[in-house]
Amino acid sequence: MTANDRSPNHLQLTRDGQLRHFLTLDGLDRSLLTDILDTADSFIEVGERTIKKVPLLRGRTVVNLFFESSTRTRSTFELAAKRLSADVLNLDISTSATSKGESLSDTLLNLEAMASDMFVVRHSQSGAPHFIAESVTPGVAIINAGDGRHAHPTQAMLDMLTIRQHKGTFEGLRVAIVGDVLHSRVARSQIRALNELGAAEVRVIAPGTLLPKDVESLGCTVEYDMVRGMKDLDVVIMLRLQKERMEGALLPSEREFYRLYGLNREKLALAHPECIVMHPGPINRGVEIESAVADGPQSVILNQVTNGIAVRMAVMSMAMGGQVSDRQMQQSERAQA
Amino acid sequence: MTAQLDINQLLDQLENGLRRMIEDRQVTDPVVIGIRTGGVWLADVLAKRLGIEGPIGELDISFYRDDFSRIGLNPRVKPSSLPFDTESRDILLIDDVIMSGRTIRAAMNEIFDYGRPASIILATLIDLGARELPIQPDVTGRTLELDANQRVKLRGPDPLRIELQETGH
Repeated sequence: MTANDRSPNHLQLTRDGQLRHFLTLDGLDRSLLTDILDTADSFIEVGERTIKKVPLLRGRTVVNLFFESSTRTRSTFELAAKRLSADVLNLDISTSATSKGESLSDTLLNLEAMASDMFVVRHSQSGAPHFIAESVTPGVAIINAGDGRHAHPTQAMLDMLTIRQHKGTFEGLRVAIVGDVLHSRVARSQIRALNELGAAEVRVIAPGTLLPKDVESLGCTVEYDMVRGMKDLDVVIMLRLQKERMEGALLPSEREFYRLYGLNREKLALAHPECIVMHPGPINRGVEIESAVADGPQSVILNQVTNGIAVRMAVMSMAMGGQVSDRQMQQSERAQA
Repeated sequence: MTAQLDINQLLDQLENGLRRMIEDRQVTDPVVIGIRTGGVWLADVLAKRLGIEGPIGELDISFYRDDFSRIGLNPRVKPSSLPFDTESRDILLIDDVIMSGRTIRAAMNEIFDYGRPASIILATLIDLGARELPIQPDVTGRTLELDANQRVKLRGPDPLRIELQETGH
């Protein structure tokens, strides 16, 4: 390993290819993504038991570090850690030491000194989890719970699990991602995962003002007209309109957006009859999606939430396992030296 | 040494032993649970021989192993499936090989997370000794003592056969 090896994998993976942090889907190959989905499948069964707990992370400490607010992601990470028998600390950073002037690094080093084993990090700055894993607390497993506009890898993987459950395979699937791609970290991770897992086509459907520059280079086709874009779809993923992140006049009005890019029954009827409807939540009813569709027979939105716990259990236990074998390797090297 | 172990003879042994145990304990309506992978194959065969109807339970004990902090997670974990209520039931727990006893410890912990069984009877095809925990099978097909370079493995599911391998050193 050289100092100029800056690929995400030198950070995310152990030398024998196990996950030890989960920062981005970039650089993770199909077999690792499939391992995550398979492991998550096993954890779904745990969630259906009377006693929804396995002892894998007993005695480990997981700290939820949310520098940006979130209800669903934080609570599913918390449940995931608890179902793995870990001890969980939820830190609301806005009310903690950082507001007393302590630097991010100092906060993290203090948490590490409390013998934390894993940080689940959400941050408005792209690359924050990467920075923490690389420079601040390398001995702590870092799980990215969403950073800036960059990535939200556990959300993308729970979406992949939901698609696989309903469609069996990714081969031949046509998947569209509709709405505010520009501000969406989820969309980037989804496009990456769908391509790696072998989807036939990933289509983004949005007005030009809500698409990043060179969006095709992410590995997708672009359609500005939703009526045309719905044709032959097997999966439609609606994105939340990021109202709180909308700066300037990217949109004429919410009503106009709903007319052109909102998913209603008429537009859904243009897709394949077995097309499933997904949404990462929270839903803006009547802004991106009609209630009758969100609650309708083709909607799998609540399955996504259930799957979110299983995927997070999978990623957490795999990363902890990678940290363990990393330490083993270092110890045996030291013993040989 | 290339001693062939006759699987049918061992299965007869297991079947007879289980019949005796079931009678002794006055078990009337047992359920059968196998430990993946070999234990599930055996559970299938033994349930048929004993005339026990209904689905077979399958346990994957990866989430309950005691060596996670040394070797991490088994990447090939599959979901466990106990398609019946285990609460207050008599369980026949089946595995192919018992050695340290750690697998059975993990399996029993997992079973208790589904409910409190009335009893568990443990049957293993081959007992290699070398126990590290106070766990003994109620019924065994055969006890074997292997040399350090020998390994035993159940192949299957159809046909089931026992393979005795010599490793390089």
